[in-house]
Amino acid sequence: MEPLKMIEKDIQPMDVHPMNDILRMDRLPHIWCPGCGIGTAVTAFAAGLDKANIDLKKTCIVSGIGCTGRVAGYIKLDSFHTTHGRGIAFATGIKVANPDLKVIVFSGDGDLISIGGNHFIHAARRNVNMLVICINNFIYAMTGGQVAPTTPLAAYATTSPFGCVEPPFNIPYLADSSGAVYVARWTALHVRRLTNSIAEALNKPGFSVIEVISPCAMYYSRINRLGDGLDMMKFYHDNSEIRHGEDTKNLDIGFQTKIIVGKFVDRERPTYMDSYNKWLSGTKKAEK
Amino acid sequence: MRYWEVPFGKEKPKTPIGEIHILKERCKGCGFCVEYCPKDVLEMSDEFNSKGYHPPKIVNGEACVNCGLCETICPEFSIWCTLKEEVALEN
Repeated sequence: MEPLKMIEKDIQPMDVHPMNDILRMDRLPHIWCPGCGIGTAVTAFAAGLDKANIDLKKTCIVSGIGCTGRVAGYIKLDSFHTTHGRGIAFATGIKVANPDLKVIVFSGDGDLISIGGNHFIHAARRNVNMLVICINNFIYAMTGGQVAPTTPLAAYATTSPFGCVEPPFNIPYLADSSGAVYVARWTALHVRRLTNSIAEALNKPGFSVIEVISPCAMYYSRINRLGDGLDMMKFYHDNSEIRHGEDTKNLDIGFQTKIIVGKFVDRERPTYMDSYNKWLSGTKKAEK
Repeated sequence: MRYWEVPFGKEKPKTPIGEIHILKERCKGCGFCVEYCPKDVLEMSDEFNSKGYHPPKIVNGEACVNCGLCETICPEFSIWCTLKEEVALEN
């Protein structure tokens, strides 16, 4: 077998992968299961950082708790691994204390939408200048597969052995109605579009939300008998439909139904720091 | 303003030829790169790495066009490709 020899000859030392510069090599290999899509999203994020052409010395990343909450530990930027659900609250503090920084919140659905739900909607309402990347794997994966606010109706989970009875959150609709300026949704399969979306959102002032639908091979797929991560990727390939500018009301995800992806909202609103500075300069003038 | 156009066929389009590098010890055998390689360059191998997973192997290395999809879709940062050369298309 000739090709096999070629691999042996070309194998490279561990420090030459092009993304090694942005990863904390002492922490790898990461904890994510085989077939998990979070690693793919992190790769797309690293490629998007490269593409956005921003100053990495002035970029920081905040994560909460959970599988996706580990991202901040693996990315070699100034990173915060915060308490459960408070990623956006920490990020708002960072942004207000030093408005020069570019702040990215990289966390999961259970962290951002359930436990940090109030922080999410209020940061969107204030339009704090940050990028929120929300990995949606439909479940609380790290703690053992409990029902999350994004678990589709009738899906099984560890805490819903007869099927989930609660209607799930529609994250783009939540973000849009709360006032986010950039809302997109991609799956872990759409790596190129996700990379472009991250690069675009990084250069957009305001509260940007990118939802990434990701396979959870160990809990969500296994308990629902959906196969492994690769089978989930094939499902996304067959059942996702790109509709840019779609009304966010129509983006509900049911159990194994069609997933509509794309860029839904792209608008301009004054950011929190803009309105704050404008108001403050107005009052100072009034005092004089 | 553009006054003239370059005639068709003046500059031959070039096909990039890529070279794939695999870090077998980082691989967890998810199979994303094997499934989604547009040129079917990769295949799961029978050998094990030290974690017990099957890393991919290159079966059709000449077909790689350096698109970089395997690099972006790999969750383990264990595969990437580099540009080896660019060859002009025949006719």
